Amino acid sequence: MDPVIIALVLFVFAVIIGFDVINKVPPTLHTPLVVASHAMAAIMVVSAIIVAGEGAEASVLSKVLAVVALLLGVINVVGGYLVADRMLAKFKNSRPVKKA
Amino acid sequence: MELHLDPKIQILFYLVTVVCFVFGLKMLTSPRTARRGNLLSGIGMLVAICTALFSFGVVDYTTILIVFVVGSAIGAVLAYAIDLRAIPQMVAILNGFGGAVSALVGVAELNSVMEKGISTLSADMQRTPSLFFGAVGVDTFIGTLTFWGSMIAFAKLQGLISEKAFSLPFKNVINSLLLLGTVVLTALLTLNASDPGNPINLTYLIGILVLATLLGLTLTMAVGGADMPIIIALFISYAGLSAGALGFTNLNYGLIMVGALVGASGLILTATMAKAINRNFWGIILGNITPPTMVVAGADDIYAGRIKSTSAEEFAMILEAANSVCIVPGYGLAVAQAQGTCRDLYNELTADGKQVTFAIHPVAGRMPGHMNVLLAEVDIPYDKLLELDDSNAFLGDCDVAIILGANDVVNPLARTAKDTPIYGMPILDVDKARTVLVIKRSLSPGFSGIPNPLFINDNTLMLFKDAKPALAEMVKAYRER
Repeated sequence: MDPVIIALVLFVFAVIIGFDVINKVPPTLHTPLVVASHAMAAIMVVSAIIVAGEGAEASVLSKVLAVVALLLGVINVVGGYLVADRMLAKFKNSRPVKKA
Repeated sequence: MELHLDPKIQILFYLVTVVCFVFGLKMLTSPRTARRGNLLSGIGMLVAICTALFSFGVVDYTTILIVFVVGSAIGAVLAYAIDLRAIPQMVAILNGFGGAVSALVGVAELNSVMEKGISTLSADMQRTPSLFFGAVGVDTFIGTLTFWGSMIAFAKLQGLISEKAFSLPFKNVINSLLLLGTVVLTALLTLNASDPGNPINLTYLIGILVLATLLGLTLTMAVGGADMPIIIALFISYAGLSAGALGFTNLNYGLIMVGALVGASGLILTATMAKAINRNFWGIILGNITPPTMVVAGADDIYAGRIKSTSAEEFAMILEAANSVCIVPGYGLAVAQAQGTCRDLYNELTADGKQVTFAIHPVAGRMPGHMNVLLAEVDIPYDKLLELDDSNAFLGDCDVAIILGANDVVNPLARTAKDTPIYGMPILDVDKARTVLVIKRSLSPGFSGIPNPLFINDNTLMLFKDAKPALAEMVKAYRER
Protein backbone atom coordinates (compact mmCIF):
# COMPACT_ATOMS: atom_id res chain seq x y z
CA MET A 1 0.00 0.00 0.00
CA ASP A 2 1.06 3.58 -0.62
CA PRO A 3 3.07 4.78 2.41
CA VAL A 4 1.29 8.13 2.33
CA ILE A 5 -2.08 6.41 2.63
CA ILE A 6 -0.77 4.34 5.54
CA ALA A 7 0.42 7.55 7.22
CA LEU A 8 -3.02 9.15 6.83
CA VAL A 9 -4.79 6.07 8.18
CA LEU A 10 -2.49 6.01 11.22
CA PHE A 11 -3.01 9.74 11.77
CA VAL A 12 -6.80 9.46 11.71
CA PHE A 13 -6.90 6.42 13.99
CA ALA A 14 -4.53 8.05 16.47
CA VAL A 15 -6.77 11.14 16.55
CA ILE A 16 -9.80 8.97 17.29
CA ILE A 17 -7.98 7.16 20.10
CA GLY A 18 -6.75 10.49 21.47
CA PHE A 19 -10.30 11.87 21.55
CA ASP A 20 -11.59 8.75 23.21
CA VAL A 21 -8.96 8.13 25.88
CA ILE A 22 -9.43 11.46 27.63
CA ASN A 23 -13.01 11.29 28.72
CA LYS A 24 -14.63 12.72 31.84
CA VAL A 25 -11.40 13.57 33.60
CA PRO A 26 -12.05 14.96 37.11
CA PRO A 27 -10.83 18.60 37.45
CA THR A 28 -8.54 17.37 40.26
CA LEU A 29 -6.33 15.86 37.59
CA HIS A 30 -6.45 18.61 35.01
CA THR A 31 -3.11 20.06 36.01
CA PRO A 32 -1.29 16.70 36.22
CA LEU A 33 -2.82 15.70 32.91
CA VAL A 34 -1.81 18.96 31.28
CA VAL A 35 1.73 18.55 32.60
CA ALA A 36 1.94 14.87 31.65
CA SER A 37 0.52 15.35 28.16
CA HIS A 38 2.94 18.21 27.73
CA ALA A 39 5.74 15.71 28.44
CA MET A 40 4.31 13.40 25.77
CA ALA A 41 4.00 16.27 23.30
CA ALA A 42 7.79 16.53 23.49
CA ILE A 43 7.96 13.61 21.05
CA MET A 44 9.28 15.86 18.25
CA VAL A 45 12.69 15.39 19.85
CA VAL A 46 12.77 12.18 17.80
CA SER A 47 13.06 14.19 14.58
CA ALA A 48 15.67 16.47 16.13
CA ILE A 49 17.80 13.40 16.94
CA ILE A 50 17.58 12.12 13.39
CA VAL A 51 18.53 15.45 11.78
CA ALA A 52 21.16 16.41 14.38
CA GLY A 53 22.81 13.00 14.04
CA GLU A 54 23.57 13.40 10.34
CA GLY A 55 27.19 12.97 9.33
CA ALA A 56 29.68 15.30 7.64
CA GLU A 57 27.76 15.32 4.35
CA ALA A 58 24.96 17.34 5.98
CA SER A 59 24.34 21.03 5.34
CA VAL A 60 26.09 23.08 8.05
CA LEU A 61 23.11 25.39 8.61
CA SER A 62 20.74 22.44 8.94
CA LYS A 63 23.07 20.77 11.40
CA VAL A 64 23.32 23.88 13.58
CA LEU A 65 19.55 24.37 13.60
CA ALA A 66 19.01 20.71 14.45
CA VAL A 67 21.53 20.74 17.32
CA VAL A 68 19.80 23.79 18.84
CA ALA A 69 16.47 21.99 18.35
CA LEU A 70 17.84 18.86 20.00
CA LEU A 71 19.03 20.82 23.05
CA LEU A 72 15.62 22.48 23.50
CA GLY A 73 13.93 19.15 22.85
CA VAL A 74 15.95 17.29 25.49
CA ILE A 75 15.30 20.04 28.07
CA ASN A 76 11.60 19.80 27.18
CA VAL A 77 11.44 16.00 27.57
CA VAL A 78 13.48 15.71 30.76
CA GLY A 79 11.96 18.78 32.42
CA GLY A 80 8.46 17.74 31.37
CA TYR A 81 8.62 14.21 32.76
CA LEU A 82 10.42 15.10 35.99
CA VAL A 83 8.10 17.98 36.90
CA ALA A 84 5.06 15.81 36.15
CA ASP A 85 6.42 13.04 38.37
CA ARG A 86 7.32 15.48 41.13
CA MET A 87 3.78 16.76 41.12
CA LEU A 88 2.01 13.41 40.87
CA ALA A 89 4.08 12.06 43.77
CA LYS A 90 2.23 14.57 46.01
CA PHE A 91 -1.16 12.97 45.57
CA LYS A 92 -2.08 10.94 48.62
CA ASN A 93 -5.31 9.45 49.86
CA SER A 94 -6.50 9.75 53.47
CA ARG A 95 -7.27 6.02 53.36
CA PRO A 96 -4.34 3.68 52.92
CA VAL A 97 -3.93 2.65 49.30
CA LYS A 98 -4.93 -0.96 48.76
CA LYS A 99 -2.11 -3.14 47.62
CA ALA A 100 -2.95 -4.80 44.34
CA MET B 1 30.06 2.32 13.93
CA GLU B 2 26.71 2.15 12.24
CA LEU B 3 23.89 0.37 13.99
CA HIS B 4 20.67 0.77 12.13
CA LEU B 5 17.24 -0.71 12.50
CA ASP B 6 15.20 -1.62 9.47
CA PRO B 7 12.43 1.00 9.13
CA LYS B 8 9.85 -1.80 9.32
CA ILE B 9 11.21 -2.86 12.70
CA GLN B 10 11.27 0.79 13.78
CA ILE B 11 7.53 1.02 13.20
CA LEU B 12 7.03 -1.80 15.69
CA PHE B 13 9.05 0.05 18.34
CA TYR B 14 7.10 3.24 17.70
CA LEU B 15 3.95 1.18 18.12
CA VAL B 16 5.20 0.26 21.61
CA THR B 17 5.48 3.99 22.32
CA VAL B 18 1.93 4.60 21.16
CA VAL B 19 0.57 1.78 23.34
CA CYS B 20 2.52 3.11 26.36
CA PHE B 21 1.11 6.60 25.73
CA VAL B 22 -2.49 5.42 25.32
CA PHE B 23 -2.44 3.40 28.55
CA GLY B 24 -0.41 6.10 30.27
CA LEU B 25 -3.07 8.69 29.43
CA LYS B 26 -5.78 6.33 30.62
CA MET B 27 -4.00 5.81 33.95
CA LEU B 28 -3.55 9.56 34.31
CA THR B 29 -7.31 9.99 34.54
CA SER B 30 -7.40 8.55 38.06
CA PRO B 31 -5.39 9.94 41.00
CA ARG B 32 -4.47 6.48 42.23
CA THR B 33 -2.73 5.38 39.04
CA ALA B 34 -1.65 8.78 37.73
CA ARG B 35 1.99 8.56 38.76
CA ARG B 36 2.43 5.12 37.23
CA GLY B 37 0.71 6.40 34.11
CA ASN B 38 3.31 9.13 33.78
CA LEU B 39 6.08 6.56 34.30
CA LEU B 40 4.60 4.34 31.61
CA SER B 41 4.45 7.22 29.15
CA GLY B 42 8.06 8.03 30.10
CA ILE B 43 9.06 4.48 29.16
CA GLY B 44 7.26 4.96 25.85
CA MET B 45 9.22 8.15 25.26
CA LEU B 46 12.49 6.34 26.04
CA VAL B 47 11.63 3.62 23.52
CA ALA B 48 10.93 6.28 20.86
CA ILE B 49 14.20 8.10 21.57
CA CYS B 50 16.24 4.86 21.42
CA THR B 51 14.52 3.90 18.18
CA ALA B 52 15.39 7.28 16.68
CA LEU B 53 19.04 6.79 17.68
CA PHE B 54 19.15 3.73 15.40
CA SER B 55 17.68 5.47 12.34
CA PHE B 56 19.39 5.49 8.97
CA GLY B 57 21.66 8.47 8.55
CA VAL B 58 22.32 8.93 12.27
CA VAL B 59 26.09 8.63 12.69
CA ASP B 60 27.19 11.62 14.77
CA TYR B 61 26.64 10.09 18.20
CA THR B 62 29.23 12.36 19.85
CA THR B 63 27.17 15.49 19.22
CA ILE B 64 23.97 13.75 20.30
CA LEU B 65 25.56 12.49 23.52
CA ILE B 66 26.93 15.92 24.49
CA VAL B 67 23.58 17.61 23.82
CA PHE B 68 21.77 14.88 25.77
CA VAL B 69 23.97 15.34 28.83
CA VAL B 70 23.72 19.13 28.80
CA GLY B 71 19.98 19.18 28.02
CA SER B 72 19.13 16.56 30.64
CA ALA B 73 21.08 18.45 33.30
CA ILE B 74 19.27 21.71 32.49
CA GLY B 75 15.89 19.96 32.37
CA ALA B 76 16.46 18.17 35.69
CA VAL B 77 17.65 21.31 37.47
CA LEU B 78 14.62 23.24 36.19
CA ALA B 79 12.21 20.48 37.24
CA TYR B 80 13.54 20.21 40.78
CA ALA B 81 14.44 23.84 41.40
CA ILE B 82 11.05 25.36 40.69
CA ASP B 83 8.45 26.07 43.31
CA LEU B 84 5.30 24.06 42.59
CA ARG B 85 3.37 27.34 42.48
CA ALA B 86 5.29 28.12 39.30
CA ILE B 87 4.24 24.96 37.44
CA PRO B 88 2.05 26.82 34.92
CA GLN B 89 4.97 29.07 33.90
CA MET B 90 7.32 26.09 33.72
CA VAL B 91 4.97 24.16 31.46
CA ALA B 92 4.42 27.23 29.29
CA ILE B 93 8.12 27.84 28.67
CA LEU B 94 8.96 24.15 28.12
CA ASN B 95 6.06 23.81 25.72
CA GLY B 96 7.40 26.83 23.87
CA PHE B 97 10.67 24.90 23.50
CA GLY B 98 8.69 22.01 21.99
CA GLY B 99 7.13 24.35 19.42
CA ALA B 100 10.59 25.73 18.62
CA VAL B 101 11.94 22.20 18.09
CA SER B 102 9.23 21.45 15.52
CA ALA B 103 9.83 24.71 13.68
CA LEU B 104 13.66 24.48 13.76
CA VAL B 105 13.72 20.88 12.51
CA GLY B 106 11.26 21.80 9.75
CA VAL B 107 13.49 24.71 8.65
CA ALA B 108 16.59 22.48 8.85
CA GLU B 109 14.94 19.82 6.65
CA LEU B 110 13.81 22.37 4.08
CA ASN B 111 17.28 23.94 4.05
CA SER B 112 18.88 20.53 3.36
CA VAL B 113 16.52 19.91 0.46
CA MET B 114 17.11 23.40 -0.96
CA GLU B 115 20.88 22.97 -0.73
CA LYS B 116 21.28 19.35 -1.75
CA GLY B 117 18.10 18.52 -3.67
CA ILE B 118 15.37 16.02 -2.87
CA SER B 119 17.84 13.14 -2.87
CA THR B 120 18.30 13.88 0.85
CA LEU B 121 14.73 12.66 1.41
CA SER B 122 13.72 9.06 1.91
CA ALA B 123 12.76 7.06 -1.19
CA ASP B 124 9.06 7.30 -0.39
CA MET B 125 9.20 11.05 0.01
CA GLN B 126 11.17 11.49 -3.23
CA ARG B 127 8.11 10.18 -5.04
CA THR B 128 5.84 12.72 -3.34
CA PRO B 129 7.97 15.85 -2.81
CA SER B 130 4.88 18.07 -2.68
CA LEU B 131 3.85 16.29 0.53
CA PHE B 132 7.24 17.19 1.99
CA PHE B 133 6.87 20.88 1.13
CA GLY B 134 3.26 21.03 2.36
CA ALA B 135 4.14 19.30 5.63
CA VAL B 136 7.10 21.62 6.23
CA GLY B 137 4.77 24.59 5.75
CA VAL B 138 2.19 23.26 8.21
CA ASP B 139 4.83 22.11 10.69
CA THR B 140 6.78 25.38 10.81
CA PHE B 141 3.51 27.31 11.07
CA ILE B 142 2.13 25.35 14.04
CA GLY B 143 5.56 25.10 15.68
CA THR B 144 6.19 28.85 15.48
CA LEU B 145 2.65 29.64 16.64
CA THR B 146 3.14 27.32 19.62
CA PHE B 147 6.51 28.86 20.45
CA TRP B 148 5.36 32.50 20.51
CA GLY B 149 2.01 31.71 22.10
CA SER B 150 3.68 29.75 24.90
CA MET B 151 6.30 32.44 25.43
CA ILE B 152 3.65 35.15 25.80
CA ALA B 153 1.75 32.87 28.20
CA PHE B 154 4.97 32.42 30.18
CA ALA B 155 5.64 36.17 30.27
CA LYS B 156 2.10 36.87 31.46
CA LEU B 157 2.14 34.19 34.18
CA GLN B 158 5.60 35.24 35.35
CA GLY B 159 4.40 38.85 35.54
CA LEU B 160 6.93 40.06 32.95
CA ILE B 161 4.09 41.68 31.03
CA SER B 162 0.60 42.72 32.13
CA GLU B 163 -1.85 39.89 32.67
CA LYS B 164 -4.70 41.99 31.36
CA ALA B 165 -6.30 40.81 28.14
CA PHE B 166 -5.12 43.07 25.36
CA SER B 167 -7.29 43.04 22.29
CA LEU B 168 -6.61 44.60 18.91
CA PRO B 169 -9.48 46.28 17.10
CA PHE B 170 -10.82 44.02 14.31
CA LYS B 171 -8.90 41.19 15.95
CA ASN B 172 -10.91 38.49 14.20
CA VAL B 173 -10.38 40.06 10.79
CA ILE B 174 -6.64 40.39 11.42
CA ASN B 175 -6.33 36.80 12.67
CA SER B 176 -8.31 35.47 9.71
CA LEU B 177 -6.05 37.35 7.29
CA LEU B 178 -2.92 36.01 9.02
CA LEU B 179 -4.29 32.47 8.76
CA LEU B 180 -5.30 32.95 5.14
CA GLY B 181 -1.84 34.33 4.33
CA THR B 182 -0.24 31.22 5.83
CA VAL B 183 -2.49 28.92 3.80
CA VAL B 184 -1.56 30.78 0.60
CA LEU B 185 2.18 30.67 1.35
CA THR B 186 2.03 26.95 2.21
CA ALA B 187 0.17 26.31 -1.04
CA LEU B 188 2.80 28.27 -3.02
CA LEU B 189 5.56 26.30 -1.30
CA THR B 190 3.81 23.02 -2.12
CA LEU B 191 3.29 23.98 -5.77
CA ASN B 192 6.99 24.73 -6.04
CA ALA B 193 7.98 21.20 -5.01
CA SER B 194 9.33 20.41 -8.46
CA ASP B 195 11.84 23.24 -8.10
CA PRO B 196 13.30 22.65 -4.62
CA GLY B 197 16.42 24.80 -5.07
CA ASN B 198 14.49 27.96 -6.02
CA PRO B 199 15.39 30.74 -3.52
CA ILE B 200 11.77 31.91 -3.55
CA ASN B 201 10.99 28.89 -1.37
CA LEU B 202 13.03 30.48 1.41
CA THR B 203 10.95 33.66 1.02
CA TYR B 204 7.74 31.64 1.38
CA LEU B 205 9.13 29.93 4.48
CA ILE B 206 10.15 33.21 6.11
CA GLY B 207 6.69 34.57 5.29
CA ILE B 208 5.09 31.62 7.09
CA LEU B 209 7.34 32.12 10.13
CA VAL B 210 6.48 35.83 10.32
CA LEU B 211 2.71 35.30 9.98
CA ALA B 212 2.77 32.48 12.56
CA THR B 213 4.67 34.74 14.96
CA LEU B 214 2.13 37.55 14.56
CA LEU B 215 -0.77 35.13 15.01
CA GLY B 216 0.82 33.63 18.14
CA LEU B 217 1.17 37.11 19.60
CA THR B 218 -2.33 38.37 18.80
CA LEU B 219 -4.03 35.17 19.99
CA THR B 220 -2.24 35.03 23.33
CA MET B 221 -2.18 38.75 24.11
CA ALA B 222 -5.98 38.66 23.94
CA VAL B 223 -6.14 36.22 26.85
CA GLY B 224 -6.36 37.45 30.44
CA GLY B 225 -5.03 36.05 33.72
CA ALA B 226 -7.62 33.50 34.81
CA ASP B 227 -8.03 32.07 31.31
CA MET B 228 -4.32 31.43 30.76
CA PRO B 229 -4.52 27.75 31.83
CA ILE B 230 -6.86 26.96 28.98
CA ILE B 231 -4.63 28.54 26.38
CA ILE B 232 -1.68 26.55 27.77
CA ALA B 233 -3.64 23.31 27.34
CA LEU B 234 -4.46 24.43 23.80
CA PHE B 235 -0.81 25.11 22.97
CA ILE B 236 0.17 21.70 24.32
CA SER B 237 -2.31 20.25 21.87
CA TYR B 238 -0.76 22.37 19.11
CA ALA B 239 2.71 21.12 20.06
CA GLY B 240 1.41 17.56 19.57
CA LEU B 241 -0.09 18.48 16.21
CA SER B 242 3.18 20.12 15.12
CA ALA B 243 4.97 16.86 15.95
CA GLY B 244 2.42 15.05 13.78
CA ALA B 245 3.02 17.48 10.90
CA LEU B 246 6.77 17.03 11.37
CA GLY B 247 6.20 13.28 11.06
CA PHE B 248 4.66 13.87 7.62
CA THR B 249 7.81 15.63 6.38
CA ASN B 250 9.73 12.35 6.41
CA LEU B 251 6.90 9.82 6.84
CA ASN B 252 7.96 8.94 10.36
CA TYR B 253 4.96 6.81 11.38
CA GLY B 254 5.88 6.98 15.07
CA LEU B 255 5.83 10.76 15.09
CA ILE B 256 2.60 10.85 13.09
CA MET B 257 0.80 8.49 15.49
CA VAL B 258 2.04 10.07 18.71
CA GLY B 259 1.57 13.62 17.47
CA ALA B 260 -2.01 12.90 16.45
CA LEU B 261 -2.71 11.13 19.76
CA VAL B 262 -1.35 13.92 21.95
CA GLY B 263 -2.85 16.63 19.76
CA ALA B 264 -6.31 15.09 19.96
CA SER B 265 -6.23 14.33 23.68
CA GLY B 266 -4.97 17.88 24.31
CA LEU B 267 -7.91 19.31 22.38
CA ILE B 268 -10.38 17.27 24.42
CA LEU B 269 -8.66 18.37 27.61
CA THR B 270 -8.93 21.99 26.48
CA ALA B 271 -12.63 21.50 25.77
CA THR B 272 -13.20 19.87 29.18
CA MET B 273 -11.50 22.75 30.95
CA ALA B 274 -13.38 25.32 28.93
CA LYS B 275 -16.67 23.64 29.81
CA ALA B 276 -15.79 23.67 33.51
CA ILE B 277 -15.74 27.47 33.49
CA ASN B 278 -18.45 27.91 30.89
CA ARG B 279 -16.26 29.19 28.09
CA ASN B 280 -16.90 28.46 24.44
CA PHE B 281 -14.41 25.97 22.97
CA TRP B 282 -14.42 27.51 19.50
CA GLY B 283 -14.03 30.95 21.03
CA ILE B 284 -10.83 29.69 22.61
CA ILE B 285 -9.44 28.32 19.36
CA LEU B 286 -10.11 31.68 17.74
CA GLY B 287 -8.60 33.59 20.66
CA ASN B 288 -11.87 35.10 21.85
CA ILE B 289 -11.53 33.92 25.41
CA THR B 290 -11.57 36.75 27.85
CA PRO B 291 -14.65 38.96 27.55
CA PRO B 292 -13.99 42.67 27.89
CA THR B 293 -14.09 43.93 31.45
CA MET B 294 -17.11 46.09 32.17
CA VAL B 295 -16.93 48.90 34.62
CA VAL B 296 -19.48 47.99 37.25
CA ALA B 297 -20.98 50.69 39.48
CA GLY B 298 -18.23 51.92 41.80
CA ALA B 299 -17.10 49.31 44.28
CA ASP B 300 -17.11 51.94 47.03
CA ASP B 301 -20.85 52.48 46.62
CA ILE B 302 -21.53 48.76 46.91
CA TYR B 303 -19.36 48.16 49.94
CA ALA B 304 -19.92 51.50 51.74
CA GLY B 305 -20.51 50.89 55.44
CA ARG B 306 -21.88 47.41 54.91
CA ILE B 307 -18.76 45.36 55.54
CA LYS B 308 -18.49 43.53 58.86
CA SER B 309 -14.86 43.17 59.80
CA THR B 310 -13.72 41.19 62.80
CA SER B 311 -10.79 39.44 64.49
CA ALA B 312 -9.11 36.03 64.23
CA GLU B 313 -10.30 35.28 67.78
CA GLU B 314 -13.92 35.67 66.77
CA PHE B 315 -13.33 33.44 63.75
CA ALA B 316 -11.93 30.79 66.10
CA MET B 317 -15.01 31.03 68.32
CA ILE B 318 -17.31 30.59 65.35
CA LEU B 319 -15.32 27.54 64.23
CA GLU B 320 -15.56 26.06 67.72
CA ALA B 321 -19.35 26.05 67.45
CA ALA B 322 -19.37 24.56 63.95
CA ASN B 323 -19.76 20.91 63.04
CA SER B 324 -19.07 21.12 59.34
CA VAL B 325 -16.56 23.46 57.76
CA CYS B 326 -15.82 24.04 54.11
CA ILE B 327 -12.56 25.76 53.17
CA VAL B 328 -12.47 27.55 49.81
CA PRO B 329 -8.87 28.18 48.78
CA GLY B 330 -7.89 30.56 45.99
CA TYR B 331 -4.69 31.77 44.45
CA GLY B 332 -4.34 34.24 47.35
CA LEU B 333 -3.61 31.27 49.60
CA ALA B 334 -0.75 30.17 47.37
CA VAL B 335 0.63 33.71 47.08
CA ALA B 336 0.65 33.98 50.88
CA GLN B 337 2.40 30.56 51.08
CA ALA B 338 -0.21 29.64 53.67
CA GLN B 339 -0.91 26.03 52.62
CA GLY B 340 1.00 24.67 55.65
CA THR B 341 -0.85 26.90 58.11
CA CYS B 342 -4.07 25.94 56.40
CA ARG B 343 -3.22 22.28 57.00
CA ASP B 344 -2.63 23.08 60.72
CA LEU B 345 -6.13 24.52 60.94
CA TYR B 346 -7.50 21.47 59.10
CA ASN B 347 -5.73 19.15 61.57
CA GLU B 348 -7.03 21.06 64.61
CA LEU B 349 -10.61 20.99 63.35
CA THR B 350 -10.62 17.33 62.29
CA ALA B 351 -8.99 16.34 65.61
CA ASP B 352 -12.14 17.69 67.28
CA GLY B 353 -14.32 15.47 65.10
CA LYS B 354 -15.51 18.28 62.82
CA GLN B 355 -16.19 17.51 59.21
CA VAL B 356 -13.78 19.58 57.09
CA THR B 357 -13.64 19.65 53.31
CA PHE B 358 -11.97 21.81 50.71
CA ALA B 359 -14.08 23.19 47.89
CA ILE B 360 -12.00 23.42 44.75
CA HIS B 361 -13.32 25.49 41.91
CA PRO B 362 -12.20 24.32 38.46
CA VAL B 363 -10.19 27.51 37.95
CA ALA B 364 -8.94 27.98 41.50
CA GLY B 365 -5.24 28.75 41.39
CA ARG B 366 -3.49 29.34 38.14
CA MET B 367 -4.37 26.21 36.27
CA PRO B 368 -7.28 23.78 36.61
CA GLY B 369 -6.35 21.41 39.41
CA HIS B 370 -3.43 23.62 40.47
CA MET B 371 -4.93 24.13 43.95
CA ASN B 372 -5.20 20.37 44.40
CA VAL B 373 -1.49 20.01 43.77
CA LEU B 374 -0.59 22.76 46.24
CA LEU B 375 -2.80 21.25 48.96
CA ALA B 376 -1.59 17.73 48.21
CA GLU B 377 1.93 19.05 48.73
CA VAL B 378 1.12 19.78 52.40
CA ASP B 379 -0.41 16.32 52.89
CA ILE B 380 -4.08 17.19 52.71
CA PRO B 381 -5.71 13.97 51.48
CA TYR B 382 -7.16 14.30 48.00
CA ASP B 383 -10.48 12.76 48.95
CA LYS B 384 -11.12 15.83 51.14
CA LEU B 385 -10.81 18.04 48.06
CA LEU B 386 -14.29 18.32 46.57
CA GLU B 387 -15.09 19.30 43.02
CA LEU B 388 -17.64 21.92 42.10
CA ASP B 389 -20.86 19.86 42.27
CA ASP B 390 -19.88 17.95 45.40
CA SER B 391 -18.74 21.18 47.04
CA ASN B 392 -22.06 22.86 46.37
CA ALA B 393 -23.95 19.87 47.78
CA PHE B 394 -21.77 20.10 50.90
CA LEU B 395 -22.08 23.89 51.16
CA GLY B 396 -25.88 23.71 51.10
CA ASP B 397 -25.83 22.17 54.58
CA CYS B 398 -22.61 23.53 55.98
CA ASP B 399 -22.07 25.55 59.16
CA VAL B 400 -19.08 27.62 58.14
CA ALA B 401 -17.41 28.40 54.82
CA ILE B 402 -13.94 29.92 55.01
CA ILE B 403 -12.83 31.83 51.91
CA LEU B 404 -9.05 31.97 51.69
CA GLY B 405 -7.84 34.31 48.97
CA ALA B 406 -10.57 33.36 46.51
CA ASN B 407 -12.80 36.00 44.95
CA ASP B 408 -14.31 35.62 41.49
CA VAL B 409 -15.13 31.93 41.99
CA VAL B 410 -17.44 32.80 44.90
CA ASN B 411 -18.94 35.96 43.39
CA PRO B 412 -22.76 35.68 43.23
CA LEU B 413 -22.80 38.25 40.40
CA ALA B 414 -21.83 35.36 38.10
CA ARG B 415 -25.41 34.10 38.49
CA THR B 416 -27.21 37.32 37.67
CA ALA B 417 -25.09 40.14 36.23
CA LYS B 418 -25.13 39.67 32.46
CA ASP B 419 -22.76 42.58 31.79
CA THR B 420 -19.86 41.18 33.85
CA PRO B 421 -17.04 39.03 32.46
CA ILE B 422 -17.81 36.21 34.90
CA TYR B 423 -21.51 35.92 33.99
CA GLY B 424 -22.47 32.30 33.44
CA MET B 425 -19.37 30.86 35.09
CA PRO B 426 -20.43 28.21 37.62
CA ILE B 427 -19.48 29.38 41.11
CA LEU B 428 -19.15 27.84 44.56
CA ASP B 429 -22.39 28.58 46.44
CA VAL B 430 -20.67 29.70 49.63
CA ASP B 431 -23.53 32.07 50.40
CA LYS B 432 -25.63 28.97 51.18
CA ALA B 433 -23.46 28.18 54.21
CA ARG B 434 -24.77 29.43 57.56
CA THR B 435 -21.76 31.65 58.20
CA VAL B 436 -19.18 32.84 55.68
CA LEU B 437 -15.74 33.86 56.91
CA VAL B 438 -13.63 35.74 54.37
CA ILE B 439 -9.90 36.19 54.85
CA LYS B 440 -8.58 38.73 52.37
CA ARG B 441 -5.92 41.39 52.42
CA SER B 442 -8.18 44.14 51.10
CA LEU B 443 -11.36 44.68 49.13
CA SER B 444 -9.42 44.65 45.85
CA PRO B 445 -11.19 42.79 43.05
CA GLY B 446 -10.13 39.43 41.56
CA PHE B 447 -8.94 38.74 38.00
CA SER B 448 -12.30 39.89 36.63
CA GLY B 449 -11.94 43.36 38.14
CA ILE B 450 -15.47 43.49 39.53
CA PRO B 451 -16.65 43.92 43.15
CA ASN B 452 -18.09 40.99 45.08
CA PRO B 453 -21.48 41.52 46.80
CA LEU B 454 -20.85 38.35 48.85
CA PHE B 455 -18.80 40.54 51.18
CA ILE B 456 -21.84 42.61 52.25
CA ASN B 457 -24.14 39.66 52.96
CA ASP B 458 -25.65 39.47 56.47
CA ASN B 459 -23.93 36.16 57.19
CA THR B 460 -20.50 37.24 55.94
CA LEU B 461 -17.69 38.28 58.28
CA MET B 462 -14.38 39.57 57.00
CA LEU B 463 -10.85 39.49 58.35
CA PHE B 464 -8.50 41.86 56.52
CA LYS B 465 -5.12 40.19 56.80
CA ASP B 466 -2.59 38.19 54.87
CA ALA B 467 -3.78 34.56 54.81
CA LYS B 468 -0.75 33.15 56.62
CA PRO B 469 -0.73 35.29 59.80
CA ALA B 470 -4.54 35.24 59.83
CA LEU B 471 -4.64 31.45 59.82
CA ALA B 472 -1.81 31.24 62.35
CA GLU B 473 -3.75 33.51 64.74
CA MET B 474 -6.90 31.47 64.22
CA VAL B 475 -5.07 28.23 64.99
CA LYS B 476 -3.53 29.79 68.11
CA ALA B 477 -6.86 31.20 69.33
CA TYR B 478 -8.56 27.89 68.60
CA ARG B 479 -6.01 25.93 70.63
CA GLU B 480 -6.21 28.31 73.58
CA ARG B 481 -9.96 28.43 73.81
